[in-house]
Amino acid sequence: MLYTENKPIGEVLESLGAELNIFLLGCNGCAEACETGGEKALLAMKAELEKAGKKITCTCLIDFLCNKMLVTTRLARQMDKLQQSDSILVLTCGIGVQAVSKVAHDLIGGKVVHPAANTVSLGSLQGLWPSDERCQACGDCALDYTGGICPVTFCTKSLLNGPCGGAKNGKCEIDPEKDCGWQLIYERLQKVGRLDNLKKVRTARDHSKMLPSSELRKKTFYDIENPA
Amino acid sequence: MKVTSRFEQGKFVITCEVGPPKGVEIKKILDELEPLRGKSDAFNVTDLQSSVMRVGSLATCRLLKDRDLEPIMQLTCRDRNRLSLQSDVLSAAVLGIQNLLCLTGDHPKLGDHPAAMPVFDLDSVQLLSAVKSLMNGKDMAGNDLEGHPPQFALGAVVNPGADPLEPQIIKMAKKVEAGAEFFQTQAVYEVDKFADFMKKVKYLNVPVMAGIVFLKSPAMAKFMNENVAGIHVPDEIINELAAVPKEKRVEKSLEISARLIKQMKDLCQGIHIMSLGWERHIATVLQMAGL
Repeated sequence: MLYTENKPIGEVLESLGAELNIFLLGCNGCAEACETGGEKALLAMKAELEKAGKKITCTCLIDFLCNKMLVTTRLARQMDKLQQSDSILVLTCGIGVQAVSKVAHDLIGGKVVHPAANTVSLGSLQGLWPSDERCQACGDCALDYTGGICPVTFCTKSLLNGPCGGAKNGKCEIDPEKDCGWQLIYERLQKVGRLDNLKKVRTARDHSKMLPSSELRKKTFYDIENPA
Repeated sequence: MKVTSRFEQGKFVITCEVGPPKGVEIKKILDELEPLRGKSDAFNVTDLQSSVMRVGSLATCRLLKDRDLEPIMQLTCRDRNRLSLQSDVLSAAVLGIQNLLCLTGDHPKLGDHPAAMPVFDLDSVQLLSAVKSLMNGKDMAGNDLEGHPPQFALGAVVNPGADPLEPQIIKMAKKVEAGAEFFQTQAVYEVDKFADFMKKVKYLNVPVMAGIVFLKSPAMAKFMNENVAGIHVPDEIINELAAVPKEKRVEKSLEISARLIKQMKDLCQGIHIMSLGWERHIATVLQMAGL
């Protein structure tokens, strides 16, 4: 689930600037659970915008703005309202905002979109996993070396040869309530009998592995819509 | 002068620390080093210590050299990627700097620009490897350097008060493997613990310099106990300092440091003094410690 937080209303209003006619679009998926989307947030935003003198051309709630088919069919029914609007204010994560921008381009040649929320990075992806493990898709998985605990997401500095000298009582120097990732790795390696792993010098990370290669970008696996 | 040459000569090495200012009036901190000329073998120049933006280590090191004082340039991994780190190492050599100390660096969140991007492209072990590679005539990517390669005495840090200690020692061994030739430690106040640590790392056969930080007040000691990783000031020392009237505090503090130095002199190969504003008292402490 992508986690979002509301941008301060002042920031949202500043982004709208002198625009008058706003198409209000909320997501009923992850954003609903985060209270950045969903009906309640949508109506609250409508009230704020009207208070600021804006005219709401449409108040629209769509399940999962990342569902392309759904977004396209729903917005296609509101083409005239879209045309009348100066912009679309989108209450959802960064994926959803980009999705709306793309669909608006496909439908009517484009429309300004504004995000109402920040997609908060919690160290990135978790799939359906309910706990605090995260994957940052670094492209060079070190989990074999660290006993299955990620040094990139659990260590605040993403060190590969940790720990640093800042950990106190097993907690990170930036937050006494945050576990030191390398403390966790040390304990796990002890438990699985692989403490010797720590003795290996881990060479510098290849950050270019985080960029999808041009071959990958052409694959339909990466982009189903790719005509290649 | 490479500081390692002093270890090789069997000298008990003394180093002090210089923290560049947050501003461009640098003469003051340089003048404060004059009483230490001839007493301190070399001077660490910190690299944006505590993640506070200030004058850089490279420029300050060159100014020390201009005054015929020996600098040890500190290099952290916090702000620069591998390109600029290697570049600054070459720049240091070009400016006549012969001593480097490589460390991870405090996270930006602890400093005065908490929104800054934490770089940490390399960690301290990888940085030591990179410098070692340059010293062998190749950069990290394997490209040959033109002309003769730079040479440095390569230092690193270790925290004898870390708990657990084992991962620190494993990492210290990796630093040695990567090229570290001498170590400076975090401030030490418990001599027995330090002796135990020195026994455990004896097999690495590298010079270790014990960290010395003057206790300016009982409140400072308590603050460090609570907030600084790896530092523990035992109650007996805090009480000893608290027991004297305020006018006698400086004297007592220097006495404590001198005593610690005397007790650790035979356990390690030198001391590294982080005076935190009490530069004018260093000469006294050294005298009291018989150095």
